[in-house]
Amino acid sequence: MKTAMVVLRKDLRLEMRTWETVPAMVLFALVTFVIFHFGLNRATIDGQLAAGVLVVTLLFAALLGVNRLFVAEREQGGFDAFLLAPVDRTALLVAKASALFLFLVVLEVIAVPAFGLFLLGPPLGHALPGLILLLALANLGLSVIGTFVSAIAIHTRARDLIGPMLGLPLLVPALIATARAAGPLLAATHASSAPPGKWLLILALYDVVFGLIAYAVFDFLLED
Amino acid sequence: MSVVSGPPAIELRALARHFGERTALRDVSLTVAAGATLAVLGRNGAGKTTLLRILASLLRPHAGEVHLFGEPLPARAHVVRGQLGLLGHEPLLYRDLTGRENLQYHARLHRIEPERVEEVLQAVQMERRASDPVRLLSRGMVQRLAVARAVLHRPRLLLLDEPRANLDPAASELIEGLIGRASGATRVLTSHDPRAALAEADVVLALKDGRPAFVGEPGGFGADRLAELYA
Repeated sequence: MKTAMVVLRKDLRLEMRTWETVPAMVLFALVTFVIFHFGLNRATIDGQLAAGVLVVTLLFAALLGVNRLFVAEREQGGFDAFLLAPVDRTALLVAKASALFLFLVVLEVIAVPAFGLFLLGPPLGHALPGLILLLALANLGLSVIGTFVSAIAIHTRARDLIGPMLGLPLLVPALIATARAAGPLLAATHASSAPPGKWLLILALYDVVFGLIAYAVFDFLLED
Repeated sequence: MSVVSGPPAIELRALARHFGERTALRDVSLTVAAGATLAVLGRNGAGKTTLLRILASLLRPHAGEVHLFGEPLPARAHVVRGQLGLLGHEPLLYRDLTGRENLQYHARLHRIEPERVEEVLQAVQMERRASDPVRLLSRGMVQRLAVARAVLHRPRLLLLDEPRANLDPAASELIEGLIGRASGATRVLTSHDPRAALAEADVVLALKDGRPAFVGEPGGFGADRLAELYA
C-alpha cells in the first residue's frame, strides 16, 4: 500500500501540474450534455432516458482518462523506473486505479450538478444520496477495468483505439447495472430515493470479479 | 568462458533474444567478476542495448541463462532489482516534475533515506536547478540528473548505455566518481567512443549483428579487431 501511495501521489502531482486529463474529461461531459440537449430536442429529461444520458456521458468521458492513464509511464520511462524498483508490481494497478477513481470523482462533482441544472427535469437533491452510492460503485468498476485495459493498450501502437475497443465491451455489464439503477432515482415521480438493490448487488459483484481478475494478471501485463 | 577470477556478478550462458524474425542476440556467454567492468562494443543495432535491458530484467531472454550475483533471471529478478542501476538512452525522469521531485519519487520506490537525494544532487552539481521542471533543463543537465537517479540507491551493478552522452568534459569528469571505477560497482558499459570504453574495461564483449565477435580481456582486442568491428 505504501508503494501504491507513492505512485498515486506522483500521479496526482503530475495531473495538478499539467491538467492534461481531468479538464478534458469534464469539458467532454459538459459538451456532450449540450449535444444531447439539442439532439433530443427536449428542454428536460427524466427517468430511464436521463439515466442513460448521464451514464453514457460519464462512461465516454472516463475513456479519455483511461487512454491517458499510462502515457507518462510509457513516454517518459516511468514503466522502466517502476520495474527496476524492488516493489510489488500490483502497487501500480492499485495506484493507477485509485488515480482514475479520483479523476472520476472530480468529473462527477462538476458534471452531475451541471446535468441536474441544465438537462434533468426533476430536482437532483432528492436522488443525490442514492446517486452518490451508485456512482461510487460504478467508479470502482470503471477504475479497475480502465486501468487493466489501459495497461494492455499502452503497449500497442493503436492504443487510442485499443482502449475503447477492449474497454467498452467489458464495461457493458457495469453500464447496464448503473443505468438501470439510476433510472428510478431520476424519475419525475420520485419513485425511489434509493437505487434498486438488485442492480447495486450486480455492480458490486462486477467490481469484485474484475478486481480479482485484474489483480491476478496485472503482473503479466507489465512483462515484456 | 570465465575471463576474470573472483565471485561472478554476471554469468551469461548461450543467451539469445529475438524481436520477431530478427535476431538481436545469439550465443552470448561470459562471466564478469564483482567490481569488474564489462565493455560492450558494436555498431548501432549490434545488440548492446538489448543486452543491457536483459541484464536490467526489463527484457526476457528467449534462450540461455542469465545469473546476476548468483540469482537466475527472470525467475529471481525481484531479488536483484534493487541492486541494479540503469542509465539508458531515456533518463527515466518525468518532464513535468522537478529534478528533486523525480529523485524523491525514486528514493521512496527504493525505500532509501531522503537525505540521499540532496547528496546525489550535490554530487552532480544540480542542487541549484533541482527545483526546475525537467522539461526546462538542458540535455546535459538531464543526463546529470539521470546519473543521480541511477546511483541514488547505491546499486551493486551499473548498466551504463552511453553514460557520457550530452555531457561536456567537465560534467563527464564530474560523474566519474559516481559511475566510474571508483564507484566500486560492477559495470556494464557501452560507449560511442570504443577506445574510451576499452580503456575502462576488464572484459570486452564485441557484438556483430547480435553475435559475439570477441569475448576476452581488452589486451587481446587490438586496433585491427576494433577497425573490423566498426567497418
